[in-house]
Amino acid sequence: MFEQKTVETETQCYHCGDDLPATPYQLDNRNFCCAGCKGVYQILSVHNLCNYYAYNDVPGQTQKQQNSHFEYLGEPKIVAGLIDYTDDKITSITLYIPAIHCSSCIWLLENLYKINPAIVQSRIDFLKKQVAITFKNQETTLKLVVETLAAIGYEPQISLQDVVKKQISDFSQRKLVSKIAVAGFCFGNVMLLSFPEYFGLSDLESRFKLFFGWLNLAFALPVVFYSGRDYFTSAYHNLKKGVLNLDFPLALGIAVMFIRSVAEIAGQTGAGFVDTLCGLVFFLLIGKWMQQRTYHHLSFERDYRSYFPVAVTLIKAGKEKPVPLNELLVGDRMLIRSHEIIPADAILLKGIAEIDFSFVTGESAPVKKILGEVVYAGGRQLSGAIELEVVKPVSQSYLTQLWNNESFYTQKDHIKTFSATASKYFSVVLLLIALGSAAFWMLSAGDTTKAVAAFTAVLIIACPCALALSSPFTLAAVLSIFDRNRFYLKSTEVVEELARINTYVFDKTGTITSPEASGLSFAGLITTQQQQLLSDLARNSGHPLSRELTKHLNLDKVYPADNYSEKIGRGISGEINGNKVKLGSSAFIGLPLTNSSLNSNVHVMINDEYLGYFTFPQQWREGFKELTFKLGKQADLHLLSGDEDHDKQSLVPFFPRAQQMQFRQSPQNKLDYIKTLQLNGKKVMMLGDGLNDAGALRQSNVGVAVTNNINNFSPDCDAILDGAAFHMLPQFVQQAKDAVKIIHISFAISLSYNLLGLYFAVQGLLSPLFAAILMPISTVTIILFTSIAARLYARKNKLL
Amino acid sequence: MNMIYFLIGCSILLALIFLAAFFWASKTGQHDDTYTPGVRILFDDEIREESSPEKSDQDHF
Repeated sequence: MFEQKTVETETQCYHCGDDLPATPYQLDNRNFCCAGCKGVYQILSVHNLCNYYAYNDVPGQTQKQQNSHFEYLGEPKIVAGLIDYTDDKITSITLYIPAIHCSSCIWLLENLYKINPAIVQSRIDFLKKQVAITFKNQETTLKLVVETLAAIGYEPQISLQDVVKKQISDFSQRKLVSKIAVAGFCFGNVMLLSFPEYFGLSDLESRFKLFFGWLNLAFALPVVFYSGRDYFTSAYHNLKKGVLNLDFPLALGIAVMFIRSVAEIAGQTGAGFVDTLCGLVFFLLIGKWMQQRTYHHLSFERDYRSYFPVAVTLIKAGKEKPVPLNELLVGDRMLIRSHEIIPADAILLKGIAEIDFSFVTGESAPVKKILGEVVYAGGRQLSGAIELEVVKPVSQSYLTQLWNNESFYTQKDHIKTFSATASKYFSVVLLLIALGSAAFWMLSAGDTTKAVAAFTAVLIIACPCALALSSPFTLAAVLSIFDRNRFYLKSTEVVEELARINTYVFDKTGTITSPEASGLSFAGLITTQQQQLLSDLARNSGHPLSRELTKHLNLDKVYPADNYSEKIGRGISGEINGNKVKLGSSAFIGLPLTNSSLNSNVHVMINDEYLGYFTFPQQWREGFKELTFKLGKQADLHLLSGDEDHDKQSLVPFFPRAQQMQFRQSPQNKLDYIKTLQLNGKKVMMLGDGLNDAGALRQSNVGVAVTNNINNFSPDCDAILDGAAFHMLPQFVQQAKDAVKIIHISFAISLSYNLLGLYFAVQGLLSPLFAAILMPISTVTIILFTSIAARLYARKNKLL
Repeated sequence: MNMIYFLIGCSILLALIFLAAFFWASKTGQHDDTYTPGVRILFDDEIREESSPEKSDQDHF
């Protein structure tokens, strides 16, 4: 076993763990897969930071693609918008670094001062993948700090939209935690002070009764006016809008409990309900806290701005100058280097444009553009620097104008939750019972005291604490089950909406096709010797198909290529060991044109002899067939693709109705298609991945972004689904439906507790002890039932 | 039995101190990141350990 392991590590890059190439880069007897990884190792070893490799095996990330430019960080205007704080000595900034993933990362980034002594402090927030850096601005600059980070493989992602999580959201969460702390503190103390009363006081002890009572009331004050304040304001605002939500009976219950307790304690007629009151508020706030669960490492509200760069290099009077993106004007001449993003629609003026639109369309094969052609914003230039002239401002581009659509400004229809609907009826019935019992005692017995006692008792005992907790606890349990299966929901409400979905709309490229797994097969006959020639030729090209081919052949480099030439978009040719080798499209090889364009083919010709072709078939995501089968039984399936309809035939088995497959759809078309479905009364789930799906994701009832790396950019959505969990979608939907069932059952349970209490309350026979026991028991029952039931259903659905 | 007044006063005071401590911790952001500090504490102070064997190596030569 041990030997096997060492063999394995020797064929891996010491830094990132990738497979080594035939001729690995070497330093200090260690092998590296690329110059980037070796470079990082070199920096770390020079600065005595090799413990980085001690805490974890292969802690690094591959450095094969790394040529970022940070010139724009020299512009004071841009820097001012990024930093948190600065004075004449120090500057602090919080940066988002997607590469943070293990304890080695924490260790290295917190020891940054060893590499750059001007860095005073660097603190990691691991879950948010952020680093807060403070540096002496006399001795270094932000640009140098960021370059240091990039040099050791931790390039921060700096973009227009703040990817750094703001502290404001933390603040509201913190406030809720404080309220819970106060309520919990008071609840504990009041419970202790109430025990003597519950167990009965002897004559000697009864002189403490008044003291305990007033002390209890004192504890109730912060609970009602600080911790429970939100319930009053929420009930008030909703009443003004004519909405009866669950906050109304809750606020009423809290108010009545408080007033009756004051009356009883001041009038020395009883012990009051302070114990129940504090417990109620405490449990309610905990339910609220469960509901506000957030994912630190995910962002659901990203738009194009978090994907676009902060600045772009302009060429003005022959000089390069970085300019903030919002100052980019029509007519400006931009310089886009290799692997930079084109931020605005522009005309290609100079250079060879080979553009990867995978973030926009999901299509990974790059698109070629010729001089004078318009290049749409959002693409990433792959090979060499190009110059372009801006024809539209950033916000008016083909892609970004989608965000000018009204659907991005109107709030999504508030998801109707079961508890909101049920609480309306609950509140009305509760008020009727309270008034009815009061009227009964007034009219039949003429007993005003009893009437008041019955009225208040009803409002106290029926206070829907358990009811208010059943939704948050069930949904929070479901959320954590989904989370474990790599399906991340934006909020708990999405679960209930998920259960209602009856129409599924899929994007094609990148969503139902897997961008990584692609099989490769050769049609024809080829010898190992010939494969060697092909491998040595394809190695020279950066084209994705060539790279794929080199990877597939998996041969070491033997011969150099002479007379190598690459015709972009057509093919490559060269002389390898005296043989003329050609790889490329049928036209490039000189074959008659064929119409079999289902897949991309690469034809092979060696010494003017045609040998056959490699095919790169589209690979559907794992389990896609079963998924469409399962979902298709109970819902409508649609396909919306921005591509040509090459794959239509192969998709027919998945989407039986041809009219439900739409090709050549623009982002706007996609949005409108969803809207039409919704107007026909459908509840639509959209599954997409690219920026071009952003409108459709936003418009749909549940927008799910499918991604192979959850830290990558994903458009605005309600949920993020890891590509590896794609085949589990039907199970997720079933779990959501089961969750709604659980909520219904727990509503029934808590209602039966309420009825039991009401039986005593309408008779005016409610003792504080009874209330103090019933309230926690019903709460605990609900918490246990919902969390256990959610897990049992998850096991049934094979999610646990 | 008047001792009870004093004892209850003490217990509430003690509880209030803990509540205040919790507020202080919350306010200074100690609950914001509950993961990283747990990892951080496991790192060794390797600076001196690494420099001292180097020195001893030099002594040997």
